[in-house]
Amino acid sequence: MTALQAVLLILVGAGGLAVAATRDPVRQALVASLFGLLLGALFFAFQAPDVALSQIVVGSLALPAMILLAIARTRARAAADRQREEPSE
Amino acid sequence: MTPRARLAVFALAAVGLAALLVWGLAGLPRFGDYEGRYGRIIARDTVPQRKATDAVGVTTFDYRGIDTLGEEFILLVSVVGVMALLRAHREETDESRARAQELERIRKAPLPSESLTLLGQTLAPIVLVLGIYVVAHGHLTPGGGFQGGVVLAAALLVLYLTTGRTAFRRLRAVAAFEAVEALGALGYALIGVGGLIAGAQFLHNFIPHGHSGLLTGGTVPLANVSVGFAVAGAIATLLSEMLDQDLLRSRGGR
Repeated sequence: MTALQAVLLILVGAGGLAVAATRDPVRQALVASLFGLLLGALFFAFQAPDVALSQIVVGSLALPAMILLAIARTRARAAADRQREEPSE
Repeated sequence: MTPRARLAVFALAAVGLAALLVWGLAGLPRFGDYEGRYGRIIARDTVPQRKATDAVGVTTFDYRGIDTLGEEFILLVSVVGVMALLRAHREETDESRARAQELERIRKAPLPSESLTLLGQTLAPIVLVLGIYVVAHGHLTPGGGFQGGVVLAAALLVLYLTTGRTAFRRLRAVAAFEAVEALGALGYALIGVGGLIAGAQFLHNFIPHGHSGLLTGGTVPLANVSVGFAVAGAIATLLSEMLDQDLLRSRGGR
């Protein structure tokens, strides 16, 4: 194992912990995005560039974007429901 | 169940899991040892057989092309599922009134700063070219239709996030994205049928494999392009559906 691989393995472990330890979903999406990038770098260091590319586009791009959009939709929906309940606003 | 009993059950399960994990890890091959057979066969035979240099791409789109067909239809079905869920929700409200309000709010929404717009307009074409490159060279270098397709859709996301009024035009683009996705999936299936017409099995690589460079791999680059279309269309459809009224309302409103 090269030093780069060892460092990346440790970083990926720390990154996974950071994702699990982040409580706020919006921040968690961003931390998960960073974690996806780290995982991509790890795959690249282990000579799997194809998988690394897939990991980067899905893990640090598509997935966080979908999570953020889903959170935004849920919050907007909740706000609209609240508004309907108290029409005097 | 009392908390104490729950803790006892958990401790028992955790010890069992830890024992299984240690047992499993002890049986792993040494670091860097590869005992499989197929990896070596693929690495040896891909370039002589197909002339294309990315063994992973050739495996995905040729040797195991049927798996990719399945994956493509999983993607199609998930997108259809998301759209069915989101649209069912949309019909609950008075559609035309909601749409009129939405357009009014987009018109009133503050525009993003000029520097942000400039950054987005500079980045989007670069991301687009990168996506096309990754799709077109899928059979030669790491990457391919799937990765490139997501990158292509990302160009759209950059435009949406940095130029406020693109959302305005987006309202009519969803139909185009759906068509792109469906055509991509259809193209892949047609490549498979082409193998049947050529007198071999489904998804047989029936196009001459060439010698070197971009025009090698037979059907592999074609399959990459169709998957690129399918994935870019799928992600763009999902993003457009998600970036719908509710989000715009919360953005333009208060």
